[in-house]
Amino acid sequence: MAQAIINGILIGGLYAIIGVGMSIIFGIVKLTNLAHGEFVVLAAYFSLAISAATGLNPGLSLILVGPIMFFIGFAIQNLIVNRLMPRGAEAPLLVMFGMSIIIQNVILQVFSADPQHLTNPLDTSNFALGNAVVPTTFLIDCVIGVCVILALNVFMKHTYVGMAVRAVSDDTTAAKIMGINVNLIYGVAMGIAMVTSAVAGVLVGQTYNFYPTTGSQYLIISFGIVVIGGMGSIKGTLVAGLIFGLAQLLGGFLFGTTLQLLAGYIIILIMLAVKPQGLFAK
Amino acid sequence: MRTNRDMLIVEGLRVNYGDFVAVDGADFRVPQGAIVSLVGTNGAGKSTLIDCISGITKPAQGRVYFKGENITGKPAHEIVAMGLTLVPQGSRCFVRMTVEENLIIGSYTKKARASRMETLKYVYDLFPALYEKRNDLSGALSGGQRQMVAIGRALMSKPELILFDEISLGLAPTVIKDIYVRIREINRSGGVTVVLIEQDVKRSLRASSRCDVMLKGRIVLSGSPGELTEEKIKAAYFGI
Repeated sequence: MAQAIINGILIGGLYAIIGVGMSIIFGIVKLTNLAHGEFVVLAAYFSLAISAATGLNPGLSLILVGPIMFFIGFAIQNLIVNRLMPRGAEAPLLVMFGMSIIIQNVILQVFSADPQHLTNPLDTSNFALGNAVVPTTFLIDCVIGVCVILALNVFMKHTYVGMAVRAVSDDTTAAKIMGINVNLIYGVAMGIAMVTSAVAGVLVGQTYNFYPTTGSQYLIISFGIVVIGGMGSIKGTLVAGLIFGLAQLLGGFLFGTTLQLLAGYIIILIMLAVKPQGLFAK
Repeated sequence: MRTNRDMLIVEGLRVNYGDFVAVDGADFRVPQGAIVSLVGTNGAGKSTLIDCISGITKPAQGRVYFKGENITGKPAHEIVAMGLTLVPQGSRCFVRMTVEENLIIGSYTKKARASRMETLKYVYDLFPALYEKRNDLSGALSGGQRQMVAIGRALMSKPELILFDEISLGLAPTVIKDIYVRIREINRSGGVTVVLIEQDVKRSLRASSRCDVMLKGRIVLSGSPGELTEEKIKAAYFGI
């Protein structure tokens, strides 16, 4: 039981960083980013390639993967999504769906369908906490995930760009007449979301095996985080990650590992029935 | 005639919403330092006209000059940076942000950021109620206080011209009176040129140095309060 709770909490931190990018884009650009899972996996592959080429530790490869992902997000938003947004929500949705297919297939071509893993020196190490044994990687995932989300929260609260992002999500027209270039801010928001995906990708890659098609798993987790936490709420993603992680691990502990995933989805269903706008909906 | 003293000049502006002509060749000018009121019935095209001036709506025809520069069709965020700010109808505060965050975001343009602490102090002096509520979400404020946030937010952008769109809509008479006192103060001591969009002719005549009446998308009457009698304005207002 203690083991399940500790693992649930630690996995929760990882889930939160997986979901936070999706939540930001939902809340600010009002876009359902169906390619979010693929972006997470793409970042893992970037990290793999950079580590292989330079010998950098996957964690350190983020120095390059982060900016690359920011640029990709900024470009996709500015060159494609911003132009389609005046035509309603469907066109951008389909574009992102198409993007997910393209990314999957490009990865498949370049890296083949073999399972991959980001190796780090602490891969196999554990530590004891009470009578539970915790993999060190889980702890690293959780700490980094939570730190990045907290840093993001500070950024949103205390910088002009962060405040502009929140202003745009609050009232687009009012933001324009306060001197904010809304399309530019959408691009920046997408870029920021992609940086969180980059972090998530590296953490996921050092924790689990990944294939070109694993993105959909992370998309579903992200949907769960958004549903539980509420769209666009950064605080909400942290709590949602915790709930989702605990639900899965405790569900697995109580009803057997085959029902682990189901336990998580049941929480989503309960959430949709009781508070469909999410815990911290804006 | 374009003179240096006119801060804002609108020539033959036409705005369509589909087949509907909202503004139909409006000519409008605002002398520097003035308080100009623009009155007219619902649907006369007042809001569309100033939305167009501030860059939210694009005109089909006509030109807008601000400080002598042609700003027709420029995006709103560039127009704000030039010193023209709109206080939109219904205040449109960022309801999920605190009062102070609303004000700070008002100083988003480069020019305004440099002096944001001074301007913030000026706004708090002008509206002490905002200082008390500075850490409250603006969505939790009363209508009058929200209107103050919107005015304060506009001031934070260091404007030379502010357009107020029906600032008194839905507010209690005492609150309206108080806000009008502040607007005159902003005009006099702050040196900001003001355009007031109003439905209430009497109130706007008292406050302004110039009054324009809009009817069916055109400016049909224009003059100083001395030149315009209430009868004249009423006739123009209703088109009789």
